[in-house]
Amino acid sequence: MIGRILAGEKQLFHDLIRPLERAVFVMLFSLLRSETDAEDAAQEAFIKIYRNLSSFRGEAKFSTWALSIARNEGLAWLRKRSARPEEPIEPVLDEGSGDFTPALLTDWREIPAEALERSELRECLRQAILKLPPIYRDVVQLRDVQELDIQEAAGVLGISPGAVKVRLHRARVMLQKELVPILKAYVSPAKGKMRFWFGRRV
Amino acid sequence: MKIDCKHVWHHISAYIDGDVDALLRAEIDRHLEHCEICSAILDSTRNIVVLVADGRIFEIPTGYSERLHERLDAAMAEG
Ligand SMILES: [Zn+2]
Repeated sequence: MIGRILAGEKQLFHDLIRPLERAVFVMLFSLLRSETDAEDAAQEAFIKIYRNLSSFRGEAKFSTWALSIARNEGLAWLRKRSARPEEPIEPVLDEGSGDFTPALLTDWREIPAEALERSELRECLRQAILKLPPIYRDVVQLRDVQELDIQEAAGVLGISPGAVKVRLHRARVMLQKELVPILKAYVSPAKGKMRFWFGRRV
Repeated sequence: MKIDCKHVWHHISAYIDGDVDALLRAEIDRHLEHCEICSAILDSTRNIVVLVADGRIFEIPTGYSERLHERLDAAMAEG
């Protein structure tokens, strides 16, 4: 399809990128944490993808290539948004340090996907992801939100698969630690009755 | 080889992804059988990973796609 677009069938570009629209928006939103900025950056990113299509060599998957262009666009937006210095572009973070101990608990009642009908619960999960330090937010967003495989996430981020795994592990532990106390509070304390979840041990 | 809780925590993410070798998996499984803390940590982490993948967590603004394709048409018209 890329060959045909380059040969002049421009309109096919719409179909080419349709499967990536959501991924690009979510990636840019998690980077920029603003819907308006994410949408504007996504438009710019897709225009760049279109204009640079002839430089796509097919060594990587098209989606990996396109997502990394979109990510660079997002990083450029972050730099432009210098009015918000609290958002570092490259976080000063010692990867070796930090507490990556999970929240300790002795029993867990599964929260079913239906529970996400509740917007407060969705908000809790979204905020927990957005609160992660950028390098961890990146891997969670690509691997757990978008469900890319390790190899592709590594390709988009320009890091090794091993580094993706280490960051992903830490990010998941951080999310567990942050979310377990919040999610547990979703069990109605009164009468020991579950408001919305149905777990193995109910 | 007998593994302790910290060792299990270290492999939670890889375990969830099925990215541990058979020997280590067997060790972890054996540990999980008698350790309710590690079982609960694993269950909660896996549950969170599943929830995070739900499309409803990050929603796309209404009209995003239409606006995007209009903008692309305009850009393509320029060349
Ligand atoms: Zn244990």
